[in-house]
Amino acid sequence: MRQFFSIVDNLSEVAVGSSKPLASLLVEILPPLPAFLEEYEQLLAMITACGIFVAVVPLIPLVLVLAERKVSAFIQDRTGPMRVGPWGILQTLADGVKLLFKEDLIPPYGDRVLFRIAPYIIVCFSLAAFVAIPFGAIDLGDEQYIFIVSNLNIGIFYILAVSSVIVIGIIMAGWASNSKWSLLGSLRSAAQMVSYEIPVGLSILSVIMLVQTLNMQGIVDQQGSGLHSWLIFRTPFSFVAFFVFFISAIAEVNRTPFDLPEAESELVAGFHTEYSGMRFALFFIAEYANMFAVCAIAATLFLGGWQGVLPGIDILGGLPGFVFKTLFLVFVMMWIRWTLPRLRVDQLMNLCWKYLIPVSFFNILGVGIWMLVLGADTMDMKSLGPSLVIIVLAVFILLRQVFKGVSGTKQETIPAPSI
Amino acid sequence: MAAEGSKFIEVQPFSDEMVLSMGPQHPSTHGVLKLELRLDGEIVREAIPHIGYLHRCFEKHAENLSYPQIIPFTDRMDYIAAMNQNWGFCLAVEKMMAADEKFSGVPERAEYLRVLVGELNRIASHLLSFGTYGMDIGAFTPFLYAFRDREEILLLFEEICGARLTYNYIRIGGVSRDMPPDWLGHVKNFIDYFEPKVDEYNALLTENKIFIERTVKVAVLDEDMAINYGITGPNLRGAGKKWDLRKDEPYSIYDRFDFDVPIGHDIPRIGAVLGDCWNRYKVRMDEMKESVKIIRQILNQEIPEGPIIAQYKAVRPPAGEIFDRSEAPRGELGFYIVSDGSVKPVRLKAKSPCFTALSALQELSKGLMVADIIAIIGSIDIVMGEIDR
Amino acid sequence: MIIEEIQGLLCEKFGDKISPVEAGAVHDSCILVDPASVNAICQYLYDDERLAFDMLMCLSGLDLSPEDENLSVVYHLFSDVHLHKVAIKAVVSKENPHLPTVENIWKTANWHEREAYDLFGIVFEGHSDLRRILLPDDWEGYPLRKDYKEPDTYRGMKVPY
Repeated sequence: MRQFFSIVDNLSEVAVGSSKPLASLLVEILPPLPAFLEEYEQLLAMITACGIFVAVVPLIPLVLVLAERKVSAFIQDRTGPMRVGPWGILQTLADGVKLLFKEDLIPPYGDRVLFRIAPYIIVCFSLAAFVAIPFGAIDLGDEQYIFIVSNLNIGIFYILAVSSVIVIGIIMAGWASNSKWSLLGSLRSAAQMVSYEIPVGLSILSVIMLVQTLNMQGIVDQQGSGLHSWLIFRTPFSFVAFFVFFISAIAEVNRTPFDLPEAESELVAGFHTEYSGMRFALFFIAEYANMFAVCAIAATLFLGGWQGVLPGIDILGGLPGFVFKTLFLVFVMMWIRWTLPRLRVDQLMNLCWKYLIPVSFFNILGVGIWMLVLGADTMDMKSLGPSLVIIVLAVFILLRQVFKGVSGTKQETIPAPSI
Repeated sequence: MAAEGSKFIEVQPFSDEMVLSMGPQHPSTHGVLKLELRLDGEIVREAIPHIGYLHRCFEKHAENLSYPQIIPFTDRMDYIAAMNQNWGFCLAVEKMMAADEKFSGVPERAEYLRVLVGELNRIASHLLSFGTYGMDIGAFTPFLYAFRDREEILLLFEEICGARLTYNYIRIGGVSRDMPPDWLGHVKNFIDYFEPKVDEYNALLTENKIFIERTVKVAVLDEDMAINYGITGPNLRGAGKKWDLRKDEPYSIYDRFDFDVPIGHDIPRIGAVLGDCWNRYKVRMDEMKESVKIIRQILNQEIPEGPIIAQYKAVRPPAGEIFDRSEAPRGELGFYIVSDGSVKPVRLKAKSPCFTALSALQELSKGLMVADIIAIIGSIDIVMGEIDR
Repeated sequence: MIIEEIQGLLCEKFGDKISPVEAGAVHDSCILVDPASVNAICQYLYDDERLAFDMLMCLSGLDLSPEDENLSVVYHLFSDVHLHKVAIKAVVSKENPHLPTVENIWKTANWHEREAYDLFGIVFEGHSDLRRILLPDDWEGYPLRKDYKEPDTYRGMKVPY
């Protein structure tokens, strides 16, 4: 027993640098416990931290579901849910209640055990990625406390590993449904997710090279000097790596234009065709949680995490700043979903293996050479200066090219006639 | 396959083949169509269409109804372009009635109204085909934009004849009702609003790289194959043949209007070849603009006053037969009517353009992928009501 | 080319298989042909350059009355090279409604002939896949015939309304 607590003590003090995770914060701010619970202090703090995590994080998908419906409605020139609550805010609540009351149908000839387990695997591992993401920081006295459940040494590596397990859940779901359509969808999804893991990992690698650490908090610390220290601007190659990561992340989460596994017009609903009620809801929660997680990772790795735009001044900083950055990326994902059509399976694979992977390799090479030639300290003006210049020039030329192709002047749209 | 008393067919698929039924109920088969797909992984070895789920015995009914009573039934054939279906039937009957001295011919005002509603319905039908095609390919937003505009057209139709989908408006010898006093103003408002929208939809979907990747070079239907299959309409024009009944065998007053007939082209810039899905789709988008042109020409002219329906005693076409075709949005709609001089036809056969177009699916789809099957069905724009009658 | 000229050309080639155009016919006249040589005649209509009928617009079955002991098959052909049309009719008996298929000439005949078989019971010899198309595969009877009586039940369900 005592050895167990000593391990717990050690774990809770695993803090790289001076920042301490959420559990330590709780230990600090909560009132002292009665004497007989003293030795369990760390343990209880960890359990409470986990409890907060479990209570808060699954609410994120619920908000995102409603946000998706409103964003899609706005893009499609309609209003979206408006009846339940003011401007339809309580719609997700109503949907949840409805789904709870639905009949729990299990396909008679499918594999019952796998059918039941599959949603849980997908949800658990989608939510497990949130454990290592730093949401924000708070300074109390001379200690900095990070809103992170577990400041793992191998942070980003753990997140990648955990998201890969989701593929197994999807295959289980497709197989256990005993339907050819579901099987087709789940196998497509497996092929897609496994292929797109590679550009995700490689783009992350090209940024890790800049910060020399896998620890999520360490990565965020190194972006603390302001907007120009964000990893996306350190080298032109990491700028490209951000877009490669974002595209591959969309494919990882099975969103349009990569949503073949759940392509409505082809496979009815792909691997979750046969699911109803709360099990179906779990798939949705997992999808949106996954979406939020990859956007949070993108924000942490490339956009400075919870660091603000200027050092010391808290614009786009702290917990609100981090959430804003992540939600902005989520909004871009939704925007893309409702604008672009779907890629075919072979085109999807083509894109990954023939375009994104070579580009990612090129990025790694580029970052390495950049660091070699212009100095390993990419915050040095010798390195940062040219990088910013190249990035600005490239964006300018690209945008000019894009807007040149848009034909016709912007007309004044005539309002629809009201008959 | 033996003809006598054919029952069910035993299929022995190869052991590495998966037989999948893209069944009668499916989000994107545009109605109740069953496609039996023999798949080798993702590649389709064969796609066999099974139809008949929406067969409502139209031709048998027609033998027991008088000619005016048949018109609502034609509405329900291609319910999306119902005005054109009515019109095709009335054209055939009026041609037969022309030999009858008591029939005074269709009045001018009725012809103008017919062209107006026919072209508006053509726009509505092409909008729906554009929207559903986008949705099948995965772009959900064009569907809602298309329906937003289609809603305006349906409101116009509701004003003129009271119905939104099945109109029973074009009658033998004219139309059933005159237009309300300010209807032309509403049509003008709609056309002004709608004209720039086609460019917007082209920018959204037609020029979209992903859409282009999904549809160019897919299922090339060349001109000879199309003619051999009896395919007409935008599908034939997408293969490069400039044939439109409104221009080449003009009926009604189409010879008074100036409009182009859009056809498909080889476009190296995006890789489109003549007769592929992209070209068939693009022809429909261009046709919407041509319909707008025709409507504008009518709005600029003065529609003559006068009666809206011809004078006749009863619809008793003299004995004989006729086969007449008209240009419906999906192709050439033909009616073969055999009359024995009574009020009811002896035989009425409706030759629907989608029937012939769908029969080509089996040959077109060999060697393509499942996702391409969806692209093909959307590009040939079928409506099961017309195929099954 | 008007129908008399087409009929003239056909008579040259096929002689007695062609009947003269019905005089005094109103609206569309059609050329009656001998059913057994339908394929040969259609092949000639398709191949000959002066005729060049490359589109089969419509293929219909026809039953004129319950007392009539014949069924007809009407072919409406169109040439988009010469822009002329013709209607060919072949008459078969109700007891033995067999005639050759034209599927090898115009692929569209595949489904049209299946429909004629489905609704009239006309059997097209040489058709690759002659089975019902609009009605269920195990339906009995040929509905569009004038003497058709609905079956009382179909798979246990009552048919008459």
